[in-house]
Parts: sequence; structure tokens; C-alpha cells
Amino acid sequence: MSLTVTLSLGFILFFFIGMIVFSVLERRRSGYQLRRIPAFARLSRAIGLSVEDGSRLHLSIGRGSLTGPESAAALAGLSMLERIARRIGVSDRPPVVTSGDGALSILSRNTLESAYKAIEEGAQYDPNAGRLSGITPFSYVAGTLPLIFDEQVSTNVIAGHFGGEVALLTDAGERSGSLTLGGTDSLPGQAVLYATAQEPLIGEELYAGGAYLRAGGMHIASLRVQDIFRWILVLVILLGSIAKLAGVL
Amino acid sequence: MRFKFRAPFSTAIAIAVGLIVLLGYIMPISMLIGLRLFLLQWAVILAGVALIIGVANLIGVHWHKIHTRQKGSLYSVILIFALIGTVLVIGGFGPTGYWSMWIFNYIQLPIEASLMAILAVALAYASARLIRRRLNVLTIIFLITVVLVFLSVTPVLGDMFPFLGDFLHPWIAAVPATAGARGILLGVALGTVATGLRILMGTDRPYSG
Repeated sequence: MSLTVTLSLGFILFFFIGMIVFSVLERRRSGYQLRRIPAFARLSRAIGLSVEDGSRLHLSIGRGSLTGPESAAALAGLSMLERIARRIGVSDRPPVVTSGDGALSILSRNTLESAYKAIEEGAQYDPNAGRLSGITPFSYVAGTLPLIFDEQVSTNVIAGHFGGEVALLTDAGERSGSLTLGGTDSLPGQAVLYATAQEPLIGEELYAGGAYLRAGGMHIASLRVQDIFRWILVLVILLGSIAKLAGVL
Repeated sequence: MRFKFRAPFSTAIAIAVGLIVLLGYIMPISMLIGLRLFLLQWAVILAGVALIIGVANLIGVHWHKIHTRQKGSLYSVILIFALIGTVLVIGGFGPTGYWSMWIFNYIQLPIEASLMAILAVALAYASARLIRRRLNVLTIIFLITVVLVFLSVTPVLGDMFPFLGDFLHPWIAAVPATAGARGILLGVALGTVATGLRILMGTDRPYSG
């Protein structure tokens, strides 16, 4: 077995064991303090407001393919959707999801349906709430803009794979007076969201949505394991730099 | 504590398929690699079918808008006619036929180019708005960096101040931008692994069944 294979297997195995251990600990003693991320604090308030004033929450899960590595960002968005739908389930205007991939649009409808069934509000489910807006970057944006402007959207959550075109969505959100928050896995998209979204999610913050929306102990456990691995990576990078400066590497 | 296991059949299939694909990716065992490729081929076919379902959903959403006479339903009529027209043309002449390419070159391309042009304006406007919305040290650094990089790539100023193009731009790209990008990508990678493992463990289930 080569070094790369051993390292990959070891990494995944330690990550897996860490998540199990921390989820058991979390179940026994739930006291892990999550650092404050302004985007999620505002999202929680926006969810409450949307129920009160009967406005709609729009979640955009991007155009990443489910068979590619960019699917993880959309799956993180779907786990946020599940929590949001459970909390807004009783609202007059249920949340609406747009995506740029056929499989993702089916999954978004599936997630909405199972969330409504879980809170015993199955009748609230509307198949038109999970929409395929367009399958190219700009057709996706063009298909999503009318929704932001015309369907009484008060909050836009952007969580998925996007490029620079996401600026058109955030601009539409700004002009329609709705709150826009979001994160993406692509670097150009991150830079654009940092400049244009009211509340940007940087890097791994996008994947922490489930933990902040109380999706369960496993989400918090995965955050704790991520923290440990982040410190290990920081140490490895620092030691590597010192070794390089010392001429060892 | 009451534990209700949702969708056991589809969860078992998802976990089994996910594990096979993951192991086939990491471990160089020919049977696992073959199985992984076979499953991925299935996934690609299913993605194609899902796209057809997605397009049917798109038509359904716009048909509902027309039927209930919602705001902007005229655009929905145009969309459905354009969709049917494009499918007929590409079905009749093939994806690289003259009329198919005509639609691509004279309709889709100009529309997307127009949106790209609007994007440039929207970005410039958003950068200015950023000062009003979130004025802090990071915002100032972000905007100064954007301006300096822009200035360094303009032909006139780039020639007038060679320091910008010869030193500052390459330094920004090679040191702070690369360091920041790597930091973000490491965070994204860790988040991706965590999301993937949660799906493999069945704690996140974006599917029913």
C-alpha cells in the first residue's frame, strides 16, 4: 500500500472515529460553545421574521453536479434546508429552493417533503418549491432573478457551488430589499460573495450550517473534529516552513 | 430516547454505494475500482434522467405561473415556447446542426455576454456599497488590494508605474492571495470530508424512500 493511500485511509478513519467519539460525548454532555458567526445569527432571526410576516425564504443550492466534488457544498445547503423547512413549516409561504442540476432539484424536493412529514405538516409540501432554474451559470441566475423580485422573498440563503455570476443574485437581493447571506466552495465565488453578500460565509463556515441550525450532535461533533484537524494542519505547515528555512526539506 | 430510523432501505443503499465508491477511490483493488466506475456510470445515467425530470419541473412551475396569471407570466410563455422550439430544432438538426448553432451563437451567447457585462457593473457597484455596509480593517484591505491589482493590469498605469505590474501584482498573487486561498481551500476540504462522512454515516439524509 503506498504512502498516499495509507495517509488517505488514516485521515478518513481518524475523522470518522473522531466524529463518533465527539457525538457520544455531545450526547452525554451537551455544552460545546459554537463561536458566533453573524450570518447564522441573522439567519435565525430571519427565519423567525419570515414566519411572522408571511414572507418567503429562498435557498439557492447552486449548480454543482451531484457526481462531482462540488456536490458537498450543495449537500451542506440541503442539510440547512431541512432545518429551515422544519422551522418555517407552519408559515403561509413555505421556503423555495433553486438549483442548477436535475439531481439536486429532485433532492431539494425530497428534503422539503421529508421535513414537512417530520413535523406532520405533509399537506404544506409544494412540488413547485424545489425548482431547476437553469443548467448553465447565467441561465441559472436568469431563472432565479424573477423569484427574488416577484415572490415576496425576505431572505436569500446562497449555499452551494457558484462562480462570479453569484453577484447578480446578491445584487437582486439587495435591490429587492431582502437579506442575502451565503457561502460557496469556489474561490472566485467566495471573493464575490465577500464583497456583495450582506453576510458572507467564509471557507468552512458554509459546512457548519447544520450545527448552527441545531441539526444534531453529529454536526457539532464534525465541527470539533474539523477544529482538531485544522490545528494539526497549522502545525504541519509551520513545522514544514521551519524545516524549509533550516534547509532540512 | 425514542429513535426513529427514517428510510432504512434507501439509507442502506446510499451508505453501501458511498462506501464502495470511496474505497474504490482510495484502495487500488481492481474489483473495487471496476465496481466504482460501474456505479459512477449509473450515477451519470441517473443524472441525465434527473435533468429530464428537472426540465419537466421547470415547465410545471412556469405553466402554473401562466395558469394562475402571476406577475411576469408573459416571460413564462416565452420560456416554454423557446424551450419547445429549441428541443425541436436540436432534435431535428442535431446538436451541431446549422440552426442549432444559430440558436447558440445568436441567442444564447449574446444573452450570456450581456449578463456578463451586467456582472461587471454589479461587482463595481457592490464594491462601493461594501464601504457603506461593512467598514472595517478587512474591508479596507480588500478594497485597496482590488484597486492596486486593477491598476497594475491597466496598460497606461502599468507602464507609468512599473513597480505595480513588475513587483506588487506578482507579490500579491504569489504571497497573500495564495496563502489566503490555501487557507480557504483547506477549510473547504475539511468541510467536504465532514459532509461526506455524515452522508456515509446516514446522519444527513437528503433523500426519502
